[in-house]
Amino acid sequence: MAYSEKVIDHYTNPRNIGTLDKASAQVGTGLVGAPECGDVMRLQIQVGENGIIEEAKFKTFGCGSAIASSSLATEWLKGKTIDQALEIDNMEIVEELALPPVKIHCSVLAEDAIKAAINDYRVKNGLEPLELEKSHH
Amino acid sequence: MIKLPIYLDNNSTTKCDPRVFAEMTPFFLEDFGNAASKSHAFGWKAEEAVDYAREQIAKIIGANSKEIIITSGATESNNLALKGVFEMYAAKGNHFITVSTEHKAILDACKHLEKLGAEVTYLPVGEDGMIQVSQIKEAIKPNTVLVSVMYANNELGVIQPVREIGALCKEHGVLFHTDATQAVGKIPVDVLADHIDLLSFTAHKMYGPKGVGALYVRRKNPRVKVTAQMDGGGHERGMRSGTLNVTGIVGFGKACEIAMQEMEAEGARLRILRDKLENALLQMEEAYLNGHKEHRLPHTTNISFKYVEGEGLMMGIKDVAVSSGSACTSASLEPSYVLKNLGLDDELAHSSIRFGLSRFTTEEEIDFTIKCVTDAVNKLREMSPLWEMFKEGIDLKSIEWSEH
Ligand SMILES: Cc1ncc(COP(=O)(O)O)c(C=O)c1O
Ligand code: FES
Repeated sequence: MAYSEKVIDHYTNPRNIGTLDKASAQVGTGLVGAPECGDVMRLQIQVGENGIIEEAKFKTFGCGSAIASSSLATEWLKGKTIDQALEIDNMEIVEELALPPVKIHCSVLAEDAIKAAINDYRVKNGLEPLELEKSHH
Repeated sequence: MIKLPIYLDNNSTTKCDPRVFAEMTPFFLEDFGNAASKSHAFGWKAEEAVDYAREQIAKIIGANSKEIIITSGATESNNLALKGVFEMYAAKGNHFITVSTEHKAILDACKHLEKLGAEVTYLPVGEDGMIQVSQIKEAIKPNTVLVSVMYANNELGVIQPVREIGALCKEHGVLFHTDATQAVGKIPVDVLADHIDLLSFTAHKMYGPKGVGALYVRRKNPRVKVTAQMDGGGHERGMRSGTLNVTGIVGFGKACEIAMQEMEAEGARLRILRDKLENALLQMEEAYLNGHKEHRLPHTTNISFKYVEGEGLMMGIKDVAVSSGSACTSASLEPSYVLKNLGLDDELAHSSIRFGLSRFTTEEEIDFTIKCVTDAVNKLREMSPLWEMFKEGIDLKSIEWSEH
């Protein structure tokens, strides 16, 4: 199966690889997937005073599509409010990266990682974690 | 200058040797007869070519040409061996013994036979991928008819103690089949010395064409028979009907002839190259060899690069064609059952890459591959959250991973 050009681009030049300070109250960290499943994504957001995501970083253990999905997610997150970030749907990632059906779960993982990061941020700031509908794996 | 991409997936299939191809071509265009046509020169020529090729095919495993049943490949040979023995020897018993790391053509044929009333014992292997002869000895029962153990494993290259297993089976009056697809043409195989009753192999793993293989069926001490699984014109002594694939058989014969002449020197050369590749890659931190280090084919190595996922890695080394035990490369999303059977953590199975060298592999290609893989592993580890945790001394087993 050939990879789309966009997947190759994100894989070759991943955006926003890195680590933010997990201990900071401004930072939300989402760690999803499992090593046994062959995919683990860690996505972090840093939220400014104005409620806007000013920084996003990721590290991913997984296939090219998983790496590309998380790289794209960090690009999309920057400059969004939390509410806007919550609206990111995995199918938009699928479309943007032209992922084939067997790679849809890689995008689901990215969506899960976004939600997990937001929840971590909410809990740190005294808010209730959001009820996340268990996504379709 | 080396030509990219480099092909290092030779346990999957090999390039047809140009000498094999040259031998085959006349049989497409000029001598295209049916080897079963007895009434004209076209048929005679084809028959003559098939007879000659059959000699070559027999010789490489130390057999007689009358003991060679031509098939469409090792999948069919394995099916014919297992299903054919099950039917032919039903009166003697219904118990089969095999190994959990066999090729799917064996395991799925066994599953099929279980539905028809066979009792199958699947023996586990050790963490080096080896089966112990004592395990087989303990598993043999009065109703055991067949033991099937592969000669060399397709994912690891691990070579099983076939000769000892053959001797054991002979002693117990049990038939012994081996799937020698990965071994024939790469290492010496001798059906007499190894006490083999049935043996499967295929042309396309040894620089021959795809779609042709053979099943060796012993004719003396004991005389072995299998029930045909393909009915028709009664070709191949009634055990496998169907017009013979003359071009394929001619190519298979030539491939065997070349392998017999060149195997020893080629094996020695490939072992040096393989060891160079393997040693260089194993110098990386957290890189592990899968399978027994000594009892192994000379041209194969299987390595896990911990904290890097196999498919992601293959994408990073797109100029080198290899394969991975990672689930992400399989339709089932399950990592390699062979690696899991070694007791490897799923995580390591996901991180594995198999390199298979060939007659056509050069040292320049190996040097390029070493650099390419090392760079890609380093780059992906920089991106890997697991690598970061490992470096921070966090035990990955202590983390509660989200269910998937
Ligand atoms: C060990 C083993 N057995 C059987 C087969 C199947 O061979 P064929 O492709 O000729 O059917 C293969 C190759 O995929 C193999 O490696
Ligand atoms: S992470 Fe396994 S298919 Fe993408």
